[in-house]
Amino acid sequence: MAGLSRRKARAAWIFLAPMLITLAAIAGWPLLRTFWFSLTDASMADLSAWKFIGFDNYLMKDQYGWGGLLVDPDWWRAVYNTLVFTILSVTLETIFGLLVALVLHQRFFGRSFIRAAILVPWAIPTIVSAKIWAWMLHDQFGILNSMMLSLGLITQPIAWAASPDTALAAIVLVDVWKTTPFMALLCLAALQMLPTDCYEAARLDGIPAWRLFFKVTLPLIRPALMVAVIFRALDALRVFDVIYVLTSNTRDTMSMSVFARQHLVEFQSVGYGSAASTALFMVIALLTALYLTLGRVKLAADPN
Amino acid sequence: MRRFAAFVAPTLTALLFSVSASAVEISLSCGAVGAELTHCQAGADAWAKATGHTVKIVSTPNSATERLALYQQILASGSSDIDVFQIDVIWPGILVNYMIDLTPYAKQETLQHFVSIVANNTVNNKLVAMPWFTDAGLLYYRKDLLEKYGTKVPTTWADLASVAEKIQAGERKAGNDKMWGFVFQGKAYEGLTCNALEWVDSFGGGTFMDDAGKITVNNPHAIEALKTVAGWVGSITPEGVLGYAEEEARGIWQSGNAVFMRNWPYAWALGQAADSPIKNKIGVAALPKGGANGKYSGALGGWQLSVSKFSKNQAVAADLVMYLTSDAEQKRRALVGGYNPTRPALYQDKEILAANPFFDSLYETFTNAAARPAKATGAKYNRVSNEIWNATHAVLSKKETAEKAVPALEAALVRAMR
Repeated sequence: MAGLSRRKARAAWIFLAPMLITLAAIAGWPLLRTFWFSLTDASMADLSAWKFIGFDNYLMKDQYGWGGLLVDPDWWRAVYNTLVFTILSVTLETIFGLLVALVLHQRFFGRSFIRAAILVPWAIPTIVSAKIWAWMLHDQFGILNSMMLSLGLITQPIAWAASPDTALAAIVLVDVWKTTPFMALLCLAALQMLPTDCYEAARLDGIPAWRLFFKVTLPLIRPALMVAVIFRALDALRVFDVIYVLTSNTRDTMSMSVFARQHLVEFQSVGYGSAASTALFMVIALLTALYLTLGRVKLAADPN
Repeated sequence: MRRFAAFVAPTLTALLFSVSASAVEISLSCGAVGAELTHCQAGADAWAKATGHTVKIVSTPNSATERLALYQQILASGSSDIDVFQIDVIWPGILVNYMIDLTPYAKQETLQHFVSIVANNTVNNKLVAMPWFTDAGLLYYRKDLLEKYGTKVPTTWADLASVAEKIQAGERKAGNDKMWGFVFQGKAYEGLTCNALEWVDSFGGGTFMDDAGKITVNNPHAIEALKTVAGWVGSITPEGVLGYAEEEARGIWQSGNAVFMRNWPYAWALGQAADSPIKNKIGVAALPKGGANGKYSGALGGWQLSVSKFSKNQAVAADLVMYLTSDAEQKRRALVGGYNPTRPALYQDKEILAANPFFDSLYETFTNAAARPAKATGAKYNRVSNEIWNATHAVLSKKETAEKAVPALEAALVRAMR
């Protein structure tokens, strides 16, 4: 028996090997290279001429005082923006996604058509949907302002994406519109796995629907919901395109990814930009680890 | 006759090349702001026809900031995909390592161009790029509206604000509730740095940094300038201006919804196009002065052509550059697109002046034009410009007062330059 399971294990490794090698080449190697670049002063003007400078990109002191990523107010602003965006958008998407899933879980005429149709926003590439929204949110020609003006809700058109007061709200709005279907899909999958017998028992006992939802449905789909939230949060922490397309390129709405790209490409500082990318990686890894531990989420059940 | 010779000479050299070398394909990146791509294509086609080579046009993002980012990624990977790059007046110091020295191809040609632009394009004695067309920020105004309200073209910003307010209020009362007084480029990108430079310089506040790299921005004139502009946003300027680049501002202007616009010369030919609602209603002038003691200013812009060192056909690519920057081609572009030649001689050309009546007054604008501090900052220009547009954007969006933002900008520039 032991020989057989060892043979099976070896076969598993052989089948996994191509994937692992590919993963190491296309994900592992660039990641290590980024870690390494973050310890150098490499510049995009000439990538071959770099010097090892240790942790100076993160923290250093020269005649002007402290410098480096850890004391860079722009970086912390980007971290703050990203966290606010993530918390707002993921919370809203989870709530709306669950609501949509509960509706789609009911039997009604044309349900399968609606289920397919609701995925459309998610299927549109973000660049495209962000541009569409940029026009709809436009202060002079946008449909949103025009509708609100004619309804008398506002007296002056609002520059949704341009004004720093509303820009973050506009970004969250577009992201929620785009990604709610994804959350709904995951919630729906969880709902369809639920056993029907406890619902029948509840119906016989005459338990009100809202109580049933909080006492039975929610605890049962919690594990699936937690995984869905992780997926979305990981995505939201890396947010780039919706911000880049929709808003002005200012510090007010800059995310960690936008910050890293700005230094890597626009400022040609591959070293500093890599340090920002590394820090972004660390922040995401840390938050994920925290979430998995505190939420006691098991990503996979181990049979042994 | 001289012009004829100037036209024939590059064509002949090109012909010689086509005989000696087999036909190749040159890829040329040019901008697509307004009708740029069409004019670029026409020039390249003429060269291709004369030489037997072919040209592939690569269109690039409208925003100069994004265009540079794209170039840097292509060049840093050592790609030979693009042979000829259209580069901004502030980029020679940033891209110097990636471009070939054009001196052997240009020979005496450089003497025919504005000395200041050739000097700008020469880094460490290397001619990084040939001047193609030059630019300066201009004030566009609605002739018909100024006449209707019996006012003259404003010469100070305070004048402009009061005229704009009056006409905006009058037109809105008359039924056009979309009418605005003044639009410009307020999005946080390179264009805002140009606008900020014009405001500050017109108030006598200098150009953020002098030629030696000394930071000069922290002065009362600069604060006054930014304070003035912040007062316009929401009153004579739509708040959406905080997200407008060149084409967004032109969109408002050309649909007839603005009295004044700050933009580059390219907007003239488009505003005068057959399908333009404001055709023959446009006037162009120098940007106003900061006050009685201020000066007329305009940010010096303009685009150059350079050849990538990764190009597999450098000589042919350089020949295309010499053709496109030639006397005849610059004249053609001035006639069809209103692009400003980089050759002083063409500003005396009768045909050009007939097609672009404002070129005459522009000549003076160019002599007053304020250069962005690219020479002093070298490769760090982007970082410096980013600080400038962020500080300006914060003041325009009223997140920061000018009194606080200007000293903070000074400190940020010191950090950026270290």
